Amino acid sequence: MKVERKCKIVSKEQLGDAVYMTLEVGDMVRTSFKAPGQFVHIKCGEGLLLRRPISVCTCQEDERSDLLTIVFEVRGEGTDWLARRPVGHTLDVMGLLGNGFQVKPEGRYLLVGGGIGIPPMLGCAQYAQGKCTAILGGRSKDKIILNDCFEEACAKVLVATDDGSLGHHGFVDALVRRELGEDKGYDAVLACGPRPMLRNVARAAEEFGIPCQVSMEERMGCGIGACLVCVCDMKDGSRKHVCKNGPVFDSKEVNWDA
Amino acid sequence: MPEVDMSVNLAGMVMKNPVCVASGTFGFGREYSEFFDLSELGGICAKGLTLHPREGNPGPRIAETPMGILNSVGLQNPGVDAFIEHELPYLRQFDVKVIANISGNTPEEYGVMCEKLSDAGVDMIEVNISCPNVKAGGLAYGTRPELAAEVTQVAKQHAGSVPVMVKLSPNVTDITQIARAVEEAGADAVSLINTIRGMRIDVNTRRPILKMNTGGLSGPAVLPVAVRMVWEVAQCVKVPILGMGGIAKGEDAAQMMLAGAAAVAVGTALFADPFTPVKVREGLCEIAQKQGLAAVRELTGGVRPW
Repeated sequence: MKVERKCKIVSKEQLGDAVYMTLEVGDMVRTSFKAPGQFVHIKCGEGLLLRRPISVCTCQEDERSDLLTIVFEVRGEGTDWLARRPVGHTLDVMGLLGNGFQVKPEGRYLLVGGGIGIPPMLGCAQYAQGKCTAILGGRSKDKIILNDCFEEACAKVLVATDDGSLGHHGFVDALVRRELGEDKGYDAVLACGPRPMLRNVARAAEEFGIPCQVSMEERMGCGIGACLVCVCDMKDGSRKHVCKNGPVFDSKEVNWDA
Repeated sequence: MPEVDMSVNLAGMVMKNPVCVASGTFGFGREYSEFFDLSELGGICAKGLTLHPREGNPGPRIAETPMGILNSVGLQNPGVDAFIEHELPYLRQFDVKVIANISGNTPEEYGVMCEKLSDAGVDMIEVNISCPNVKAGGLAYGTRPELAAEVTQVAKQHAGSVPVMVKLSPNVTDITQIARAVEEAGADAVSLINTIRGMRIDVNTRRPILKMNTGGLSGPAVLPVAVRMVWEVAQCVKVPILGMGGIAKGEDAAQMMLAGAAAVAVGTALFADPFTPVKVREGLCEIAQKQGLAAVRELTGGVRPW
């Protein structure tokens, strides 16, 4: 059963340009957690009709109230409103929605996060209990967030920045290729980030014959698969829906040329 | 407070309350059934069907606007046969009227679909002659009285005993003209309004947000337009009206009924709050109670214009 809950903001901090929030979500995690990579749909003020879908960073069951963290950047009116909510304020949250990454606790994954696509990969890292490698990418070093958390949750963390201000100077797919070339022990590549990055990562994974799952983004309506607005074009010509069929898809099924 | 009789009769189809959900906002009910019991509703206007499956338009298909949204889904649906096989039996588990919504490229296609749906036993057929998001047919039928009448006639001929409701487009000079045309052609009811064509442009990229450039506007922003059109149509036809367009609370539904609607449908407001239809029903009941009505249907057409 999916739920809509009044959720209390219990902490909030700035991570570079992003806002990191912890929410008390009642029994939401207990009742609707499927896998890391799901999202919540948050009402952002009275003046805006549509909720804002935000990926879950991490979540955990807890006796009094389940806890869930989100990380988002201010992109427009809705996220601006959300960023201004003080600790103690309650939010109207629908969740957990969508299907996350298909991961097994015993699996070993190469996690790739780009920019604001970095936070959801932390949930995967924690789920796979310290065996993963994370590749974090961004325009510059201030876009590389949560490194310390990834250091704690992963066996290895690599960084790439477009301007070379931190780690590898260039895009994450170069590091993906290097890592997959040196280490044949990964079960899959899991990625979240801007579409061009996902496409390049998917291509790299394919070159090495490693399965790849990507978390897609699209303008969303209902968030549960009823209104059919958030399309993802598939290779077979069908149009699936990011909120219900995704947001995570097998990279080989996505039509990257659409 | 005394109980209010919430039941309404829409062209012979008796619903236990006047609150339906609008086609295209509710899929085939499966998603929202995870939030509330579909039997709480009076009726469900199911997602628009075509004779053959359609994948719809490319994305982005949605743009947010002041108190509204633009959409350009383009009738993505599994086709009428898949609906009858997989979705109708699902919907039949609930104590709710099932209204199938159909769009065709030709009058013949409407006929074929009506026959299939009538045989399958839906409670009502809503004939969409007004989808702004498809190129062939669609809007043209809805904007020309003679074509609207032709489609209505064909639908009636093939629908057997199932009542036919024609969904009207607001994108016309005079909606009463179309309403009269479909009534004369035998429509048992009319539903209005479909979405209003609109556009939103990203000023930085200078691109429309929607991949199809334009789309259909819905949500609270369109409520006054819908109320006005329902009022106009109510004065010129005798068939009952299913009023929709921007309803988000009981008061909105009451306005729509006072303007002349026998029943109402909630659509876009669902996206903000999945429980909207239930809240609209409760709000409407409260208004009826406060006004000392024995039955909610007493609201219909009760506006006292100046």
